[in-house]
Amino acid sequence: MTVRPPLAMLAELTHRCPLSCPYCSNPLDLARKETELSTEEWAGAFRQAADLGVLHLHLSGGEPASRRDLEELVATARGAGLYTNLITSGIGLTERRLRALDEAGLDHVQLSLQGTDAAMADRIGGYRGGFDRKMQVAGWIAEIGFPLTLNAVVHRQNLHQLPEALDMAVRMGARRIEVAIVQFHGWAMQNRAALMPTRAQAEEARRIVEEARKRLLGTLVIDFVPADYHEDFPKSCMGGWGSTGLNIAPDGTVLPCHAAQTIPHLSFDSVRDRPLREIWYNGAAFNAYRGYDWMPEPCRSCDRKQIDHGGCRCQALALAGDAGATDPVCARSPRHAELRAKADAFAAGSDETLTYRSFAPAEPA
Amino acid sequence: MTIGPASVPVLPRGVRLHHDRVRDTWVLLAPERAIRLDPIGHAVLCEVDGTRSFGAIVAALAAKYDAPQDRIAEDSRGLLTGLLNRRMLELTE
Repeated sequence: MTVRPPLAMLAELTHRCPLSCPYCSNPLDLARKETELSTEEWAGAFRQAADLGVLHLHLSGGEPASRRDLEELVATARGAGLYTNLITSGIGLTERRLRALDEAGLDHVQLSLQGTDAAMADRIGGYRGGFDRKMQVAGWIAEIGFPLTLNAVVHRQNLHQLPEALDMAVRMGARRIEVAIVQFHGWAMQNRAALMPTRAQAEEARRIVEEARKRLLGTLVIDFVPADYHEDFPKSCMGGWGSTGLNIAPDGTVLPCHAAQTIPHLSFDSVRDRPLREIWYNGAAFNAYRGYDWMPEPCRSCDRKQIDHGGCRCQALALAGDAGATDPVCARSPRHAELRAKADAFAAGSDETLTYRSFAPAEPA
Repeated sequence: MTIGPASVPVLPRGVRLHHDRVRDTWVLLAPERAIRLDPIGHAVLCEVDGTRSFGAIVAALAAKYDAPQDRIAEDSRGLLTGLLNRRMLELTE
């Protein structure tokens, strides 16, 4: 099988974050500051990525602004020829830092939205004052002229705010909005009963997005991630495992996707030990689910295998107990009916109990 | 929004031409998008400088490639309208 060079890389600069969203996609075992790659190590990884064929670099976290060397990292990445996208909650950014990021050549800002008012956003983010601060940051972003994408993460508790989120994006002058219904990985797995949208909500969200796409053509581009558990076909996770993009965790571990470490039998390489090129082309984890040879039936002979690549491996593990199984979201999976019932049961859960993300308590000395 | 002869197209901030040295091709980079450009697409976007009108761009391309203006206008308008709808191009006039 021919492996093509990657197009995009997600650099999780840190797992530190002032917010503690209950759907955070970071792993349950968060990496501590002392394990993070140094400025020089990240710079080396960015240059290797550009040499390998990566075009887009997404600087993420945690909250990337928690890294004091963010400005320097952006300048290095631009110098290497990468398109730099900052994925941020806005917390930790000041007007001065944003101007320095402008100076460093930052191409684009993606601002997360936990809700369209302070009551919702601060409850979901677990950070009082976060919403007001974010609005202030959005003002500076507009003033400097950074192209902006709003990243609205929606779920049962805030889906009614979707129309307002779309209006907000237009008012802020955003060119794009990503409407992402929570995907159940990482911390979100702990909160399925509190966050799972109802089937009716999932359908309503799709209808709102379709209507807005027509109404706002040429004004606002809308990317939509539907409610996976309520779908009949799975997402084309990562556009196919090891085919398009890669992630680097704060400690330098190179991953085919951000949740890949939940698959216990995979072994991962670090940029600290091995060149990125070798990891991409020859790393065991990257080759584990590339192409079609690993597929079981009904995927192997399925006419959609080049569309959705069998769905999500991490989800297959979480829901079917086997990372090599057909994603149970697929109507052709023998476990689909079971998942449907589960999704409806979660959707009838209580809003009250949210498990916020947090670092594990330090080991006793 | 329609592109007329007097329209002045411009690539907004965050959208730029980039030579992809690994794949040896020109691409248009934008937020979350990379569009691989064929030689025609690249030639059109090279003329977009934020000062010249669509009419002037078409005339320049027609002269440069010794091709009929109507044909060039049609192809260029198709490409640019697609970019306009995806917020990867703006019109200043």
